[in-house]
Amino acid sequence: MEVFAASTDSRFVHKIWQAEELSKMVPGGVPFPMISDAGGLIGQVYGLFEPAAGVDIRGRFIIDPDFVIRAMEVLTPEVGRNVSELIRQVKAFQHVRATGEVTPSGWQPGRTALKPGPDLAGNVWREWNTDQAF
Amino acid sequence: METGQGCVKPAAGPLGAGSTPETATAPPTMKEEVKMNLARVGHPAPDFEANIYLDGGFQTLKLSDHKGKWIVLCFYPGDFTFV
Repeated sequence: MEVFAASTDSRFVHKIWQAEELSKMVPGGVPFPMISDAGGLIGQVYGLFEPAAGVDIRGRFIIDPDFVIRAMEVLTPEVGRNVSELIRQVKAFQHVRATGEVTPSGWQPGRTALKPGPDLAGNVWREWNTDQAF
Repeated sequence: METGQGCVKPAAGPLGAGSTPETATAPPTMKEEVKMNLARVGHPAPDFEANIYLDGGFQTLKLSDHKGKWIVLCFYPGDFTFV
């Protein structure tokens, strides 16, 4: 899995942020490319550019090996991401891609996934209950 | 891969049909020609080329060069901010 991080900061600012702060949180600094979207054109295409502030707001996209966007999450800047949920979603999409099954609400690796088809219509309640949503 | 380390060489930015997002200011006659692929789930990711900082150096990254792998693309409001 490839991780890329992007903001409207220049790559020069990325360098200093890595040196002055990130490297004190992550030994050696963050290992992934830090993209400079100076001017926000990429953020516009991804629907995240906020012209009043001149920044790309918080958003993340999961892109599959066919280069199709599978998931997106966008937040205003005050609240940070949940990396565990990101990883869960990637594993769920990988499971779907590998098996053709679909993953109900709250699915985690090892839990029941569903085989879509006529026999399942009206019978999901036999396979899944709300306790499994959490 | 960019070889120079200069401060003014721009990356290409968004790539694809038209080079300007729909939201950009453009004369009406031009807007009709712009069909930039905007990000939507279930649709191909908008491609772009960007300047990056990685491993102590400056490089250029084209998103579609990483086709074939799972990609997580994260945007955040700014370096040195808080969350």
